[in-house]
Order: sequence, then C-alpha cells, then structure tokens
Amino acid sequence: MLKLYGKYFSIHLKSTMQYKGSFFATLIGSFLTSFTVFLGISFMFQRFHKVAEFSYEEVLLCYGIMLMGFSVAQMFASGFKVFDSMIANGEFDRILCRPRNEIFQVLAYRIDFIRVGMLLQGIVMLVYGLASCYVDWNFSRVITVIFMAVGGCVLFSALFLLDGSIAFFTLQGLEFMNVFTYGAIEHGKYPLSIYGKGMLTFCTFVIPYALVQYYPLTYVLGRSDNPLFIFLPLLACLFVVPCWIVWRIGVRRYKSTGS
Amino acid sequence: MIEVQDLRKTFKVARREAGFGQAVKALFHREYTYVHALDGVSFRIGDGEMVGYIGPNGAGKSSTIKILSGILTPDSGKCLIDGRIPWKSRQKHVKEIGVVFGQRTQLWWDVPVVDSFELLKEIYAIPTEVYKKNVDQLTELLDLAQLLRTPARQLSLGQRMRCEIAGSLLHNPKILFLDEPTIGLDAVSKLAVRDFIKRLNQERHTTVLLTTHDMQDIEALASRILLIGKGKILLDGSLEDIRRGGSHIDETVAELYKKFDVT
Amino acid sequence: MKKYLAFFRLRFTMGLQYRAAALGGLVCQFFWGAMYILSMKAFYDTDPAAFPMTFPAAASYIWLQQALLTLVSMGGIDNEFFNVIQNGNVAYELCRPVDVYGMWFTRSAATRVANALLRCVPVLAVAALLPAPYGMAAPPDLPAFLLFLVSLTLALGVVTAIGMIVYMITFHTITPRGVRLIAVGICDFFSGNIVPLPFFPEGFRQFSELLPFSSTANVPIRIYTGDLAGREMVVLMLMQVFWIVALVGVGKLLEWKELKTVVVQGG
Repeated sequence: MLKLYGKYFSIHLKSTMQYKGSFFATLIGSFLTSFTVFLGISFMFQRFHKVAEFSYEEVLLCYGIMLMGFSVAQMFASGFKVFDSMIANGEFDRILCRPRNEIFQVLAYRIDFIRVGMLLQGIVMLVYGLASCYVDWNFSRVITVIFMAVGGCVLFSALFLLDGSIAFFTLQGLEFMNVFTYGAIEHGKYPLSIYGKGMLTFCTFVIPYALVQYYPLTYVLGRSDNPLFIFLPLLACLFVVPCWIVWRIGVRRYKSTGS
Repeated sequence: MIEVQDLRKTFKVARREAGFGQAVKALFHREYTYVHALDGVSFRIGDGEMVGYIGPNGAGKSSTIKILSGILTPDSGKCLIDGRIPWKSRQKHVKEIGVVFGQRTQLWWDVPVVDSFELLKEIYAIPTEVYKKNVDQLTELLDLAQLLRTPARQLSLGQRMRCEIAGSLLHNPKILFLDEPTIGLDAVSKLAVRDFIKRLNQERHTTVLLTTHDMQDIEALASRILLIGKGKILLDGSLEDIRRGGSHIDETVAELYKKFDVT
Repeated sequence: MKKYLAFFRLRFTMGLQYRAAALGGLVCQFFWGAMYILSMKAFYDTDPAAFPMTFPAAASYIWLQQALLTLVSMGGIDNEFFNVIQNGNVAYELCRPVDVYGMWFTRSAATRVANALLRCVPVLAVAALLPAPYGMAAPPDLPAFLLFLVSLTLALGVVTAIGMIVYMITFHTITPRGVRLIAVGICDFFSGNIVPLPFFPEGFRQFSELLPFSSTANVPIRIYTGDLAGREMVVLMLMQVFWIVALVGVGKLLEWKELKTVVVQGG
C-alpha cells in the first residue's frame, strides 16, 4: 500500500512540475492567503496587545500549530475536496473498477503540493511562538504540541472526508461544510475560549476542535496542569469514525442509484 | 461465464421544468419520475464469446455494464460472473475484469503513458514478469513503441485509445467490457482497434462485451448481438439472423429500432 | 439592455435551482459573521479604548460585509470566464464583432448582482433581528443610506474592473488558479475583508486607501455604519470614480493588445 502511494506521489510530483510557472504562482497565492491572515493578527495586536488572557506570541503559537495540521490535511486529503467533480466526471466509477480501497484511491487521486506555502508559514509561526512564549519546555509539553498538530491534521482530514461524502447525497457538495473546515482555520487562529462559553462547548462536544486546540494549549502554556489535556487531541481523532460511517452509507447509496 | 437473470433497476429522477416560476416552486417541492432502466434483463455469455450490445441512447446499456462491473447494485435479479456476484465482492471481482470507457481516460494527462502503466501494475499488484511480458506483447500488437514515452495529453484520440485498451489488459483480465471504444476515432485507428480486439478474443480467448453505436464495429467483431430497448432485451442472435437481404447494416438496425418502437 | 436582462434572469434562475448550495451558503456566511463578531467582542472587552469605532458599528460592518460578499469581493469573480480562457473557447469570443470588454464587464457584474440578491436579503434579515450590540443597526440617516447605495454601485464597478484585469492576466498564464488566489488574497486584505481598514496601523491605513482595492467594499460599508462621513467620505468616493475610469482604461488597453495577438496568431 505504501509503495503504491509512493507511485501516486511521484506521478503527482511529475505532473505538477510540468507546469512550473503556474505551480509557483499558485504557491505564492496560497502563501498570501495565510500570510494576510497573519498580518491581520499582527495589526490587531499592535492595537490591543492582548486578547482575553492571550498574548500575541501565544496566539501565533496556536495559529501555527493549527495551520500545520490544516495545510497537511489540505495537501493529502484534497481528493475529498474535489470529490463532487469526481462523481460528476465518472472518475469515481473508475475507482470502483479497481481492486483497491475506495478511500485510499480518493486520497491518492489528488495531492495538492501548493499547500507547502501554507505549511511553511505554519512552521515559521510555530517556531516564532515557541521561541518567544515564556514556556518552561519539558517532555510532556513537547509531546502535547506534537499531538495537537497530528490531531488537528486528522480532524481536518475527517471533515474533508465528511465534506466529500456529502457529495453522494447532494451532488454539488454542501457549501456550509466550509464553515467547519475553512471556518475552523480562519477562526481557530485565536484560542477558542475567546468566542465565549457556547462556542467552546460546541467545539468540545460537536466538532471537537477545542480538543486539539484550546485545552492542550492551556496545558502547554502552563495555565492548566491537568495531564488529561495532553491526550485530548488523540481522543479528537475518533471523530473520523462517524465521518467514515457517513462515507460508507454514501458509497452504498451511490452503488444503488448510480449517481 | 456471465449469467444474468431478470435484472431490474429503477431510477428516481427529479423533474425540472423550465421557467422562472417553476424554479421557485422547485425550491419547496420537487416532483420525481421513475425511469425503468432495466426491466427484467436476462442473458448468458459463455467464456471466450464476443458479444455486441446495442440499443439506442438511454436503453439501459451502461446500467448493465455498470452492474456487471460491480459499480451498480440492481434492485432485483441475479448476476453471476465466474461464480462471483459483482456488487457483493467488488475488489475480488474487478481484479478479473477490464473496463474501457470510450469517453473517459484512465491515463494520467501530464506524464508519459508508461508511468500510468506502472501505476496500474501496482494497483493490480501484477507480478513484474507478467507485467513485462504483457507490456511487450501489447506494445507489439497495438504498435505502442513510439507512444509509451509520450505524455497522454500529446497523443491523438486514436493513439490514446490504443494505450487505454492496453492499460486495461495489463492484469490479464478474463473478461473485457468495452463501452464505445471507437467513438470519435479516425478510420485507421478504428481498424487497428477492431483488429486488435479480434486477435485478443481469438488468441487469449478473452470474453468481450462491447457496446457501440458504430454498426461497422458490430459487423467486424461480434458474432452475436444483444439488442436492448426500454430496459428489455429485444433480440439475441447472430448478425445473420437480423440482417435482411443485404441491406446496409445501419439501415437494418434502424429498421429494428423502428420495429420494436425504441427510438 | 433586454439581452442583459434575459441573461440576468437566467443566472438568477440557475442560482435558485441549486437550493442546497444557496442554503448552505447562507448558513456559512451567517456562522462566519457570528464568529467574526465574537472575536471582535473579545478584543473590545480586552481594551475598549483602543477600538477605533463603536462596537455596534463594527457588528453592522461585519454583517454587511458578509451580505455583500458575492457582490463586491474578489471571491465573487465569475469563474465562467476563467473556463472560457482555459479551454480556448475565448478565441471565438474575441473574434465576434462585439465589444468584448463591454460584454464581459456587464455579464460579470450581472452575475455578481444575481448571486448577491439570493444571499444578502436573508443574511441581513436575520442580522437585523439579533439583539442590540451584535445585530445589524440602521444607517445613521437617509442621506447616508442613499450615499451608501451610490458608493456600493461604484464599488461594484471597481471590483468588476479589477476582475477584468485579472481575466486579461489569465490570458498569459492560462491556468487561472494561481492568479485567482493572488488576486483574492491581495484584494481581500486591502479591502478590509480580513481586518477592517480602521483597525490598520495609521500609516498603513493611509497607504491602503490609495490602492484601488480599498475602493471596493471598504467605502460603502463604512458609509453605512456611519464610520465614514464628511470630507473624508467625499474624497474616498471620488477615489472610487477615479479608479473605475483608470481600471477600465487599463483593462481596455490590455484587451486591445490581446485582440492584436489573437489576430496575429490567426493570420
């Protein structure tokens, strides 16, 4: 399976490199998209210096981690983002004609290399945040940061999977799913607690963003010493299960309606 | 061996009427119509047979092919292909069949054709020696030597179709479904494709089921014809059976469509 | 004119057919606006003195911005023309004996209006019902509202004219994705879509107001919320007029050059 994915990867890389000019233009565009958000944060903090109890550096740390998870998910799970068109142009029929798992094939169908621009920016902000936050680094805090990035990536990928699955039912995909993906990265730049109790509860129990962001962040910043918070990002990964079930139902429906 | 018995499939289609008022109305309430794509289809195709599957647009051809390839589940009826139920054991089933959709491509647009082939080798887990042997053979038979190093986007339609067919045979499928393989091809490519399919059937004894609108394809290839219309098999026989006194094949078929009232 | 009206109706009807998408878009914009306002509230609570406008004005700003997203933001650009350029059908368009610039300009503006009508009314209706500091407030007075409408029309002209230049650039890159992303990124930022211009640091704000991008959503929305009035408003509205003239000029020039190369290739 890994070898096969490697083959797909090299084909995607080769294809992308056929259009170098367009690739770099898109890379710049992708970088700009997240860079302007970063500029916006900077402007706000020049004026306000803090938001609730969080400093500029802490917000950058938070955004950096989220952006890393998001950009990796965007790069490798982007097949689901174009899944409605895969159904429309018959590409999914082709996938069903092949003796491999469907989810694997959709993942391998598209690798969006331009997200490297966003990933790099996430890394830069993370490093800056790490260096400038007054955090007493120890093993469990480092592990927590890693879990946050991984959990974020899995959570975003799960939402892309869900987004793609919805195309089985509506054919055009549902725009409101963007709220949970693009909305989460756009508004997840700030720790979720600033949006108030209601939003925090929603992001804890419905779409578990707070489990990869707010709670472990308070642990990393030393605002909480609850060791349970270290592992919450892993718990959030379970969100994949309901999304996968929706996918299965969708595939069954597709096979019975043919569209 | 393909055995199909009393396959039925009904689709629910949202009705959409033209006009502004209708569009507003559809916001709140939608009406559906039911289309019987397959209305009790039965046939049997033996190993090594070559069968032409014809019928007007929307007659149920592609629904049948989709069911046989395991993409679509029928509402009722039986279908056994070499003992497998296609939609029940999808992954196992598709390893043994090849499918060519004439209007779509499985080749990667921007990389040389051989890269697409190597990807297929991994997808179907084809052993290296089998893969090599097949590529060599297919290259010779389909005259691909000049094409394998070229990106698919630079190939002509006919060249691409030859590569396409080669790609779906790399894993030695016992059964090949061809959905309009000669659509849009120039005369030379058409002949090459027909010639190849014929040889494939004779030399490898691959079972071929071919849908087409090109009656010359049928004339050149199929010893047996299945005619489907309005979801029913209307005729199952040889070309000689349906031909009436030397009239042109297109006219014969047009007459048949008219006779069964399926145009 | 009749031709354009027919086109507009077609667009509107098409939009209506995708009811799931329309509803989804509404939910999306509403949620987006709510989150945005909540974050503004958090900043406001942290340091009210540093807030450059009243909080209700900020709330109205954000709701209007969401409601007018498809009308005056770069993201609302009509993707159809990108497809036409990419698949080569543009050659036909350029060879027709009509004013291509005028036709494309009108059609992309009509698309924006059609899409916006479907979306902005429900968003505004819900926003107006929200409780006091979070909801959408009425404009300061009737003249301000009328000026808002005038400025909004001008903003539509500016953003469509920028869009035309983006199309012309796409002729040379063929694949539109990169150009589109860059255009949306720059335009969103400088039109105050990410952070409203009054929140920019002073010098940077003055620089941004010189750019054409700030002549889009920024001006009409701030007139509506009462943030922009008097001399400053007149100056910025004149800037809008200037940018329409300038950008249409540049766009037409680019089109003329494009047309020449097409003819050369054809001959």
